[in-house]
Amino acid sequence: MNEAQGLQIDWAGLAPMIIVFAAAFGGLLVEATVPRARRLPVQVALAVAALAAAFIAVVLNSGKNAAAFAIEGTGLGSVVLDGPGLFLQGTLAILAIVAVLLLAERRTTRGGDFVAEAAVVADSAADRAQQREDGATEIFPLTLFAVGGMMMFVTAGDLLTMFVALEMLSLPLYLLCGLAKRRRLISQEAALKYFLLGAFASAFYVYGMAMLYGFAGTVDLAGINRAGVSSGQPRMFLYLGVAMIAVALLFKAAAVPFHMWTPDVYTGAPTPVTALMAACVKVAAFGGLLRVFNVGLASSAWDWHLILTIIAVATMIGGAIFAVTQRNIKRLLAYSSIANAGYLLVGVIALGDAVGQTMFYLAAYGFTVIAAFAVVSLVRDGDEEATHLARWAGLGKKSPATAVVFTVLMLALAGLPFTSGFTAKFSLFAAALQADELGLVIVGVVSSAILAFPYLKVVVLLWLNEPAPDAPTVNLPSPMAGTVVAAGVAATILLGVAPGPLLDIVDQASVFLNT
Amino acid sequence: METSGPADYLTFGVLLLTGFAFVAVAMTANRILRPSAPSADKAQTYECGVDPAPDAPPGRLASLAYPRTGAASPPRDHVGKDWAQVQIRYYVYAFLFVLFAVEAVFLFPWAAVFRAFGTAAAVEMGVFVGVLALGLAYAWRKGVLRWR
Repeated sequence: MNEAQGLQIDWAGLAPMIIVFAAAFGGLLVEATVPRARRLPVQVALAVAALAAAFIAVVLNSGKNAAAFAIEGTGLGSVVLDGPGLFLQGTLAILAIVAVLLLAERRTTRGGDFVAEAAVVADSAADRAQQREDGATEIFPLTLFAVGGMMMFVTAGDLLTMFVALEMLSLPLYLLCGLAKRRRLISQEAALKYFLLGAFASAFYVYGMAMLYGFAGTVDLAGINRAGVSSGQPRMFLYLGVAMIAVALLFKAAAVPFHMWTPDVYTGAPTPVTALMAACVKVAAFGGLLRVFNVGLASSAWDWHLILTIIAVATMIGGAIFAVTQRNIKRLLAYSSIANAGYLLVGVIALGDAVGQTMFYLAAYGFTVIAAFAVVSLVRDGDEEATHLARWAGLGKKSPATAVVFTVLMLALAGLPFTSGFTAKFSLFAAALQADELGLVIVGVVSSAILAFPYLKVVVLLWLNEPAPDAPTVNLPSPMAGTVVAAGVAATILLGVAPGPLLDIVDQASVFLNT
Repeated sequence: METSGPADYLTFGVLLLTGFAFVAVAMTANRILRPSAPSADKAQTYECGVDPAPDAPPGRLASLAYPRTGAASPPRDHVGKDWAQVQIRYYVYAFLFVLFAVEAVFLFPWAAVFRAFGTAAAVEMGVFVGVLALGLAYAWRKGVLRWR
């Protein structure tokens, strides 16, 4: 547009994000114009179509390896379209389609899992009235905004763009967390907790960015990497900057000791939103971590290697041990998500050798965990989800199909062979070994063994225990949630039996621009 | 990088002093010109739109604090405990204010360089204002602008 300044914009490269954001604005218009009764199908169709179109646009971009903005041929760092960025954008689009279908599920609870207004005082008369109404359809534009932010996050090539993307993906999520129809109070608590801690993390990010700017004289990641060897500024700026940026990103990724919010938010948020967070936010957060450490901080690896190793070990062991003690299925999955963040951190620490395998792990884990939360949302005590593990006893006798599906997902999370969990862990740890991270791999394997215990305990509970007389019912899913579960299980088994094609793709897409 | 000496902070120091002086002059003038009629109600802890707490003691500084829009003494039965949940209706106004304040922040520098950039600048600002207008239209349709 600005030919006078010689600014070239790669519109095709930006298309996936533009499509998603435009659809999000379109969703707002739908809210304002379409009659209430017809909003849901319109919103779902719009969201799914936009995400599918974004995925196609990402595929058309494949093989690109350049900055989206350039002045007279010199790339600007703000948005970088390279292999990892595009692969993660595609993964996000697909996972978001699955998550949107789960958000649209209305058969398990009449009117959906959401309320119209999050800010109404919990359990007041107005709140009870809105629980009888249909839920908000704003969740779809909000989700699209968040997903658009995530797509921007994984391709952001400088710290400023990354910060804008971070806020864009976070703000809608804070709101979505507070919209649960049942157990309003803990839902509001989850939203507030996530918001306050998230805002705190964002502040760390901005301060860290200022420190790195003071050190490098630029917020561009490649420039920071060059400054890591050539800058004359005191090295203390670099240490402070790296530490603060890492705090913010590790918060989003739910690594110990920045994981405190995870169990509460995962439990309090509506289950479809939890699924979105566990799958998509994980992808975005680790996409950002991979890029920051590979592109921006590779030259200063010796400075942060030890502390990140300690965090990875704490995350792997801490997540696994806490998972063992959980009695609530959503909390169990939350702690397992923390432990998985630890394994993914091993991939981050291994830098260039493990980028592809980390991305494979993200895709595989995303599908499994979305399907797992979908099943959780189907098993119900009356109106509420039966999240207490004891209530799941003997489910295999009453609803064998659901139990089989959940067993497959649990075995995948436990990392048993012939599931995506095994291939993902195996390839990730193999890559880490190549990068001489033997210690981390040993800790990872030990942690996986600990973490397998709670999963297998659930499987035993499902099949070998007698059901209680008032055992929860399994609601038959509508095609929406049915598709989610089917897609998740299919991906889990397919990536376990035949991971080759996807591993080839991540292999080709594993090199960041400017590394 | 240019070095900066203490002299560079002189402008800032003058601005700071002017700021303090402005407040001091305004408050003093206020004090000299206004009538003084203290009462216990006026000294109560006051939050705009919220009933004052019933048993808040008249502050020690009662003779100093005269809220200009002192709430009339509320009927006793409107007043609850000191711990109450209030509906935060003002957030909408905060949002709308931010919406337009941020818009203005970008519009002024844009207007300054508009000529140099031509149509490109017009289109970009059109997109930006359009997005904000969309948000306002949405809020309007949702009945946010009506006080309930």
